[in-house]
Amino acid sequence: MATHFLEFERPIADLQAKIDELSKLSDTAGAGAFDGELDALRARADVLRHEAYAHLDPWQKTQVARHPERPHFINYVDGLIEEFVELRGDRCFADDQAIIGGLGRFRGVPVLVMGHEKGHDTTTRLKHNFGMARPEGYRKAVRLMDMAERFNLPVITFVDTAGAYPGIGAEERGQAEAIARSTERGLTLNVPMIATVTGEGGSGGAIALAGANRVLILEHSIYSVISPEGCASILWRDGSKAKDAAEAMKITAQDLIGLKIVDRIIQEPAGGAHSDPDSAIQRVGDVVEEELKLLMTLSPAELRKQRSERFYAIGRSGLA
Amino acid sequence: MSMAETKDPAGSNTPPVAPSSGGKSARERGGWLAKIAPGIRNLVTKRDTPENLWVKCPDTGEMIYRPDLEAALWVTPAGRHMRIGPALRFAFTFDEGQYEELPAPTAPDDPLHFSDGKSYVDRLAAARKATGEQDAMAIATGEIGGTQAVVLVQDFAFMGGSLGMAAGEGFIAAAHAALERQCPLVAYTAAGGARMQEGALSLMQMARTTLAIQELKEVGLPYIVVLTDPTTGGVTASYAMLGDVHLAEPGALIGFAGQRVIEQTIRETLPPGFQRSEYLVEKGMVDRVTPRNELAAVLGSILKTLMMGRARR
Repeated sequence: MATHFLEFERPIADLQAKIDELSKLSDTAGAGAFDGELDALRARADVLRHEAYAHLDPWQKTQVARHPERPHFINYVDGLIEEFVELRGDRCFADDQAIIGGLGRFRGVPVLVMGHEKGHDTTTRLKHNFGMARPEGYRKAVRLMDMAERFNLPVITFVDTAGAYPGIGAEERGQAEAIARSTERGLTLNVPMIATVTGEGGSGGAIALAGANRVLILEHSIYSVISPEGCASILWRDGSKAKDAAEAMKITAQDLIGLKIVDRIIQEPAGGAHSDPDSAIQRVGDVVEEELKLLMTLSPAELRKQRSERFYAIGRSGLA
Repeated sequence: MSMAETKDPAGSNTPPVAPSSGGKSARERGGWLAKIAPGIRNLVTKRDTPENLWVKCPDTGEMIYRPDLEAALWVTPAGRHMRIGPALRFAFTFDEGQYEELPAPTAPDDPLHFSDGKSYVDRLAAARKATGEQDAMAIATGEIGGTQAVVLVQDFAFMGGSLGMAAGEGFIAAAHAALERQCPLVAYTAAGGARMQEGALSLMQMARTTLAIQELKEVGLPYIVVLTDPTTGGVTASYAMLGDVHLAEPGALIGFAGQRVIEQTIRETLPPGFQRSEYLVEKGMVDRVTPRNELAAVLGSILKTLMMGRARR
C-alpha cells in the first residue's frame, strides 16, 4: 500500500489514517473487535480510490506518472527478467546510470532489456541522475541495441524520464547527436523492439528509447514533447500554468492512443500502479509477452517495414 | 528538452524572406564587399522601397547600407551571418541562382485544438501572413557546382522554424524528391525545436525524419546538413545531427538544451562561445565552419566527390 499521497488523494489519505488507527486499537482490544467497522472503512476507501482514479485530469495523471512509489525500471527487471545481467558503459567515455540495460530472459525468451531509472531515495536518485540521461546513456543504448541485433535478441525498453539532462558536459559531448543515433538505432533494428512508457515519456530523451515496433503505455502514464512545466514557461511565460499546458498538449495515454502515437494502453490497478506494484508489473509483462509473440513471427525486413510504416502513418489520417 | 520559441529572440536579426528585385545596381562602397563577395554586386540589385535603406548591425550598432548587405549575402561587416529565408538560401546555393521550387506538403492544422491564451490557429495564420509560406519548410531542386541536388530550407521566420507535422512531412518529401531524382539532399536547419502546439505529434517527427534519412542511406545518397543560426532542441536531436557531413555557418547557436534551461539547471553562467558553431567543430560534432559566401562552392565540391564515388560502385 502506498505511503505517499498526492494532493487529490487527500480524502483517501484521511480515511487510510482512520483505518490505521482503528486497526491499532483493534490489536490492543483483542482480535476482531472492530472488524465490521474496519471492513466498511476499507470498502469506502476502495470506492474513493476507484472514483478518483477513474476521472484523473491530465495534470493529476502527470502527478501519478511521477509518483515516487510508482514501479521503476529496476522493479520491472526484478519482476519480469530472469537472471538479469547488467551491462555498463558506452565504451567511449563513461557509464550513465540514468539508463540501465542488460541481458536476461523474459518469460523464457532471451532478450536485451533497458530503460530509464529515476531512483527511489536521495542516494539512488543522485546515482541515476533522476532518470535524466547524458550522451553516454544513449550511446550505451546504441551499443546494447547493436549487440541485441548481433545475437538476435528482442529489445524491450521501459521509458520513464523527464527528458535528457541539460548540462554543459552533456552538450559538449554531443547530447543531440547521441539522442539522434539512439532513435535511429531503434528504428533500424532487425530484431523486434517493444517500448513501454511506464511513467513520464519526456521529449527526445524518451523517443531515444522508443523508436519501436510497438509502443505501449500505462493507463496513467504521460508522453509529451516537453514537460508541462517547460511548455508553460515558454508559451504561457509562466511555469505555474503547467496544469493548462498538460491539458493543451494532450499528453495522456487516452489522448495518445487516438493520435496513434501509442499502440496499446495497459490498465493499472484501481489506485494506480503504485497501489499494487506487483500486479501492475505482471500486467505489463502479460501485454509485452503477447505483443512480443506476434512480433517474433516477423522477418527482419518485415520488422523494419512495420516500424517505418507505423511511424510514417502517424498524423496522416484520422486527425481533424 | 525540445522547445520552440515562437518569437524571434534576436529581433532585428531577421531580414525579409524574399530577395529584392528590380531597380539599378548597388553603388560601390569600400573593400569589405570586394573581399567577401567579389563580383556579386552586379548580380544583386537594389530594393525598390526607399524605407529600410539602412540596417542597424545587431553587434556594433553601425548603420549598414542595405544594398551592400544584400550584396554581401546578409553578412555584416562584423561577420554576423544574419538569418535569411528560403528564397535567399536557394538563390545563394544553386548555380547561377537557378532552381525549381518543389511543393511542400501540408498537414492538418491544429490537430490538438491548442491554445495558450492565443489559439494555435491564429498563430499559424499570423505566421503565414508574415512569411507568405504555409509552414517552415521549403524545398527546391537544381545544381550545386554542377551536381544535381534537392535542397531543403527550414525557415526560422515561420514560428521559430519549429518542427511540427507539416515540417516533418516537408523533410520526408524532400528526401523522397532526392530519392526519385537519385540525387543528394542538402538540409539547411534553423529551429528553436519542436512545435509544442502539436504536442507529441511534433515529437514523432524526430522519428519520422530519421526514417526518411535511412531511405537515402539505403541507396547510398549523400545527406548533407548545413546548420544555421539557431538549430536547437528536437531538430538538433534528430535530422540535424544525422548527416554524412555537417557544415555550420559561423557563430550559429547549435545545441540540444536551451541556454536558459542549462543555466537554471546547473546554476552557473555558461562559458563564452558555448554551443556556437566553432565550439561544435572543436567538440567533434560539426565538420567545418563555412562562411556563407563559400557554402555553395564547398557543398558543390563535397557532393561532386561523394557522387563520383557512388558512381564507381
